[in-house]
Amino acid sequence: MITATPPVETKKNYLNQTEGLKSWLLTHDHKRICILYLLGVTFFFALGGIFAVLIRLELATPAGDLVESNTYNKLFTMHGVIMVFLFLIPSIPAVLGNFLIPLMIGAKDVAFPRVNLLSWYIYMIGGCFVLTVLFMGGVDTGWTFYTPFSSSYSNGYVIATGLGIFIAGFSSILTGLNFIVTIHRMRAPGLTWFRLPLFVWAHYATSMIQVLGTPVIAVTLFLLVLERGLHIGFFDPAYGGDPVLFQHMFWFYSHPAVYIMILPSMGVVTEIITTFSSKKPFGYTFIAFSSVAIAVFGFIVWGHHLFVSGQSAYAGMVFSILSYVVAIPSAIKVFNWTATMYKGSVRMTTPMLYALGFIGLFTVGGLTGLFLASLGMDVHLTDTYFVIAHFHYVMVGGAIMGFLGGIHYWWPKIFGRMYNEGWSKISAIIIFIGFNLTFFPQFILGYMGMPRRYHVYPPEFQVLNVLSSAGASILGIGYLIPFCYLLWSLKYGPIAPPNPWGATTLEWQTSSPPPTENFEVTPVVTQEAYTYTSEEVVHVG
Amino acid sequence: MASHAVEDPHVTSTVQHHFESADQQKDASTIGMWVFLVTEVMFFGGLFLAYFVYRQAYPAAFASASNKTNLLIGAANTTVLICSSLTMALAVRSAAIGKKNLIVLFLILTLLLGGTFLGVKAYEYHDKWVHHEVPGHNFDCEGCIDAGHTPLFFALYFGMTGLHATHMIVGVGIILFLIAQARKGAYGPAWHTPVELFGLYWHFVDIVWIFLFPLLYLIDRSAVPK
Repeated sequence: MITATPPVETKKNYLNQTEGLKSWLLTHDHKRICILYLLGVTFFFALGGIFAVLIRLELATPAGDLVESNTYNKLFTMHGVIMVFLFLIPSIPAVLGNFLIPLMIGAKDVAFPRVNLLSWYIYMIGGCFVLTVLFMGGVDTGWTFYTPFSSSYSNGYVIATGLGIFIAGFSSILTGLNFIVTIHRMRAPGLTWFRLPLFVWAHYATSMIQVLGTPVIAVTLFLLVLERGLHIGFFDPAYGGDPVLFQHMFWFYSHPAVYIMILPSMGVVTEIITTFSSKKPFGYTFIAFSSVAIAVFGFIVWGHHLFVSGQSAYAGMVFSILSYVVAIPSAIKVFNWTATMYKGSVRMTTPMLYALGFIGLFTVGGLTGLFLASLGMDVHLTDTYFVIAHFHYVMVGGAIMGFLGGIHYWWPKIFGRMYNEGWSKISAIIIFIGFNLTFFPQFILGYMGMPRRYHVYPPEFQVLNVLSSAGASILGIGYLIPFCYLLWSLKYGPIAPPNPWGATTLEWQTSSPPPTENFEVTPVVTQEAYTYTSEEVVHVG
Repeated sequence: MASHAVEDPHVTSTVQHHFESADQQKDASTIGMWVFLVTEVMFFGGLFLAYFVYRQAYPAAFASASNKTNLLIGAANTTVLICSSLTMALAVRSAAIGKKNLIVLFLILTLLLGGTFLGVKAYEYHDKWVHHEVPGHNFDCEGCIDAGHTPLFFALYFGMTGLHATHMIVGVGIILFLIAQARKGAYGPAWHTPVELFGLYWHFVDIVWIFLFPLLYLIDRSAVPK
């Protein structure tokens, strides 16, 4: 890959240490596993994106002229399943977290390198199940698999999809387990908890959710598969079961799963903002503990998905209040990022553009979440496009902006090459514009009463839907541009210095790309993570 | 990597390259096992939740279906499993004091007791099958109250004990591996982490049964369905 300029790259790094496909497929190196994951999640992101394109094409006209209703059901189901379970959940933790956590804590690798590789294979096996379903004809339940439709009436391949997600879930569990142990036991000498980069705190909180939540969705899907396959009753009223129990168990994981997607992204944004403001993050402990608070509160708000499902009114009130509470730590983060930039020397680089985009879009996504957390309002908005717009603002505007920002921020470290600054800024702006054009009209559509999951709609909704579809095409182009210039940079980009951004955390103290062992000598940490002075931050010795 | 072995006198061949010391490696493995067991608690937790919800909703059906379980066999099997935990603990102890033959002996005893438990469980399943107490097309809970909801009890019975038995089967496979390693003299006072961590797993599986037995066999035994 780097042989184009042999005189400069005589030094061995993790990319050219060993060669051949086998050395990659059997690697125990967390940095190479990051790249394996990067290939996997990019593939599934593109695949999920194709379904989004088809959905938006269909919705450009009020009539159902592109696909039939059954096909449309399968389109949005496959879009949701692939994007949630095979892209968003592993995206930042398994790619950036895998690469960076050992580097940021001055370790040679994660605690269990073989388990790390295993988790990638498990993820790919889960992905293959979903791909098989796709080629066999898809599944039509929506990504939520509500019973009894999924267990008794659906015509799709519910069992294979359920098993695929069940399997992929163990990949997520193993990643979380690995990170928890790594952060506890592998920190370099002198690296106390409050000297950790905030990215590591965010991943610690994420790992807690992965470890505590994912087994519950696993057992829920296991029961669903048993019910559908063997006609053993758990959730279907025909067998004496209760479908609302399925919803409780599903959302007990799937609501915290939203925080699996957004917390790592918040960690990325914290790193980017502090680096490009050249300023210590405002309120380090508040940012650190707000990550933990989001993880904890995230577990006790799931009932807000069941306001209209026949849950008791008192339970609804409690879940409503708790859902408001989770807004507090999220808001703390937004305030602290803003305060970090205040009077900092802000540099408008590409990662910074993504981080700023994240703050704006996440704020909109978060505040509209409060509309949905209020009991009365939610009755009007349930299952409308308002909900779609809300969670896309959080998951696309939040999680994916963070993912792309992180990829741009650490690209020089991961691959040792710089990308084209002009193109990358243009694409960041295109993505921001395209995103808002796609999803803002959906808030209005939802408020006006357009339901989700229908492929035909009344003609008066067409203008807003055309705007949304037009925005989606801009957004699609915005995603294609980075794909091109990032690939281009691998071969033709300028060689990256060890610390191109003037950042202070440990991963920038080693060469780009790092050697297989990460550091020549295990670093000894004597200061906080963010010390912007002329002094050397880390004394190696 | 190579330079490291020179720097640190504690590094032995069993310490993987990314750890600084054997202690750090052992600590990491132990925490990893405990975190894994936490995920297992959550995994079984979903089934326990379903049990509590449905028992609360259909007490009569659960009481009469619960009386179909065989108390004597269940109690005997519980004893077998508790004994296997004792032999497992003794195997760990033998490893810690470096008695190679005793490790092998106690692991084999654990294997036999675990196998006995699984055999008895298979007999119970067969018995349920013969009496049409497996949910599905031929299900028939003879003389049960609220018979329409009794399949829920048996679905949970098979789901919970089946998942437990699956863990036992995995455990039996691991014991076979440990026995082979122990015979080669792989474990001693300096390093026997696999035996110790498998012990944690085995005790966990045991504890799950300690909860399953009263819930499925005992608590509704004396409830007189109306």
